[in-house]
Amino acid sequence: MAAAILHGVGATTPLSSVKYNNSRRSLPGSGITERKRASFVIQCYGSLSSGLNIGINRAVKLSTNAVATKQDSVTASTPSKPGHELLLFEALREGLEEEMERDPWVCVMGEDVGHYGGSYKVTKGLADKYGDLRVLDTPIAENSFTGMGIGAAMTGLRPIVEGMNMGFLLLAFNQISNNCGMLHYTSGGQFKIPIVIRGPGGVGRQLGAEHSQRLESYFQSIPGIQMVACSTPYNAKGLMKAAIRSDNPVILFEHVLLYNLKERIPDEEYVLSLEESEMVRTGDHVTILTYSRMRYHVMQAAKTLVNKGYDPEVIDIRSLKPFDLHTIGNSVKKTHRVVIVEECMRTGGIGASLTASINEHFHDYLDAPIVCLSSQDVPTPYAGTLEDWTVVQPAQIVAAVEQLCR
Amino acid sequence: MAQLIRRAAALNKSLPAASFAARGLATASTSPITVETSLPFTGHNIDPPSRSVETSPQELLTFFRDMALMRRMEIAADSLYKAKLIRGFCHLYDGQEAVCVGMEAAINRKDCIITAYRDHCIFLGRGGTLLEAFAELMGRKDGCSKGKGGSMHFYKKEGGFYGGHGIVGAQVPLGCGLAFAQKYSKDESVTFAMYGDGAANQGQLFEALNMAALWDLPAILVCENNHYGMGTAEWRAAKSPAYYKRGDYVPGLKVDGMDALAVKQACKFAKEHALKNGPIILEMDTYRYHGHSMSDPGSTYRTRDEISGVRQERDPIERIRKLVLAHDLATEKELKDTEKEVRKEVDEAIAQAKESPMPDPSELFSNVYAKGLGTEHKTGTLQITYNYLLLALKDLVAFFLVVFIRSRQKRSENCTSMSENINNDSTCQDPFVD
Repeated sequence: MAAAILHGVGATTPLSSVKYNNSRRSLPGSGITERKRASFVIQCYGSLSSGLNIGINRAVKLSTNAVATKQDSVTASTPSKPGHELLLFEALREGLEEEMERDPWVCVMGEDVGHYGGSYKVTKGLADKYGDLRVLDTPIAENSFTGMGIGAAMTGLRPIVEGMNMGFLLLAFNQISNNCGMLHYTSGGQFKIPIVIRGPGGVGRQLGAEHSQRLESYFQSIPGIQMVACSTPYNAKGLMKAAIRSDNPVILFEHVLLYNLKERIPDEEYVLSLEESEMVRTGDHVTILTYSRMRYHVMQAAKTLVNKGYDPEVIDIRSLKPFDLHTIGNSVKKTHRVVIVEECMRTGGIGASLTASINEHFHDYLDAPIVCLSSQDVPTPYAGTLEDWTVVQPAQIVAAVEQLCR
Repeated sequence: MAQLIRRAAALNKSLPAASFAARGLATASTSPITVETSLPFTGHNIDPPSRSVETSPQELLTFFRDMALMRRMEIAADSLYKAKLIRGFCHLYDGQEAVCVGMEAAINRKDCIITAYRDHCIFLGRGGTLLEAFAELMGRKDGCSKGKGGSMHFYKKEGGFYGGHGIVGAQVPLGCGLAFAQKYSKDESVTFAMYGDGAANQGQLFEALNMAALWDLPAILVCENNHYGMGTAEWRAAKSPAYYKRGDYVPGLKVDGMDALAVKQACKFAKEHALKNGPIILEMDTYRYHGHSMSDPGSTYRTRDEISGVRQERDPIERIRKLVLAHDLATEKELKDTEKEVRKEVDEAIAQAKESPMPDPSELFSNVYAKGLGTEHKTGTLQITYNYLLLALKDLVAFFLVVFIRSRQKRSENCTSMSENINNDSTCQDPFVD
């Protein structure tokens, strides 16, 4: 299902079907330039990896700018090496394995990560390769094994704690908030906590209320932690590696429905920046900010919007704490309209914080109030139809953009 | 105890005064003295160690001085709090000094200690200075946590002191994490994770204990049982106040926590056990004279008679004083002089700490993240190579040590059992597969 979405948005639309209405006085730009830009943009998205390989082609091995900076560089053809195709969970595993190979202090702990191979197969095969201590199967005791990971990190180990589902980490909230986030500060800088806490969250396929939680909204206030959300195999691997190498505690949010996404990623080693967002599609009319699974709903909506003649700029914010206000700001200054599409609930979600942040910093550049599309403030119901109505659907995104750009 | 007092009185009468004055505390010898602990140890699933403790004049005098220093520091902190120089929470350790002093005598700085919020004296024991302590209590720049932690967040990384934690019980899983790291790096050291009788009812403690036992982590859980969880007496909070037995499959030892030598013996025993067999629980039967914190008078849930009774009969400093006098290691006057010295030291440290400035406003935002954010690659290639080399070196040294020891051992009849031992020593049982 997720793969279908990916292929759907990946397909290019022929130029002739791009229709737009010149009578829309609020839209900037003349006709011809619009068309050219639109064609560039479609091609850009057509092959996911081409725009993102700019960093690779510059021989900077360790960090890559995943933001498609200039329009012309987008037309760079296929990368020097063919790369290899894999699924998102395999990309995570590859990143993890490379880091474990590289640094003996990197270790993994969590429920069923060892012998079982991980409930989403992210750690499959690692226990056989690195042993039972380095890929540790813990009992079902989130509070204490997260605490254990933090204690180990205080001494210099670099543990990756897996929450089988992010929702279970609520049991470890005290450890994450007080010890993970604050120890560096309260010890006056004596202790660093280079821990990575990762796991899948978000609304899945009828998993029920307790297994469909969005913990990013609960954790976002904790000082001292960083939060990132991956959405493609490319950024999953890059963010995993960056999170492991970071000396700060990082929470990496994965999504239950995105593990089987397939993409071709480079063979060369790359690490992404934890604080940067990803420009998925450049545009002029409206900035759509999103992350994780909603990126795909947005891209699906973007297809419809482009057919209707709109030119949305889509940014996958990736970094949930801190926000990449640089990229977001530049986009707002260009388009003057913002739609936030998130999976968190309406109250107190990432979208709420982002709305406040953009309003505070870029108020003068906004032509209209920010529209924030979030999930409903309800526990996620089991019934399929009800569950679909809790999260934001592409049709709603299209409607919101049309409303905003009127 | 009465015997000791009589002996001390007799000794004092017999020797001339001159020889006392000539003997300085600094020149105390390290010749061994054997002392019996006041009470026997009680074991749970384990044979308790012997009551006879090896000590030396130097050690006893050091105990006295250290405990006097700690006591003085805590009393001074009391006054500073009442003078509103220390704010917020201030949990004082006076009465419990024997636990931390006895523990330090049994371990080294590679071993880790982690405790809750009653951490001032343990910080001192781990190498913290009086200035750092007072400055931190007063929120000044020269504090051990730069004034940003406060009373409950003392840390000393070089001394192996991991704090200093405000949330009851949360330090125990952290302590198991420290032990995990010690096992991971195979550095033959242990972690003492301390908690109180109140925290003993926390679920995360049992979770951590289960994991420590499962993986044979070198973790020693030390319950400082001062019989009150703030205002609630232990019998009102715990169905089974025998905290040393609550580990069930994990062995435990009950220790008289007011006797520094008993504590030393128990910690030594526990360290040996933890390195070989995994976790053990030590219950230190101790007492705090102050209330739970400075905002608790400490007399609403216990009688003043109880407090003064313990002070008279079980005070840890008095016990060492009597021992020192009984063994004729110093005179009354010399001990009093030590106390005066210690008082002066504390007063000087307070004066110095008062001079220390408040933290700079920019400190509000420093140390939130480690050196800015994210992707700076701290673990460069050089560091990684170094890490690998370190691990390899440790293994190499261990291997040669084993070979050396084995070659010196007498050949016994059970040649097969020896070869079995060699196999078990190396990688078979060790889950850390290189």
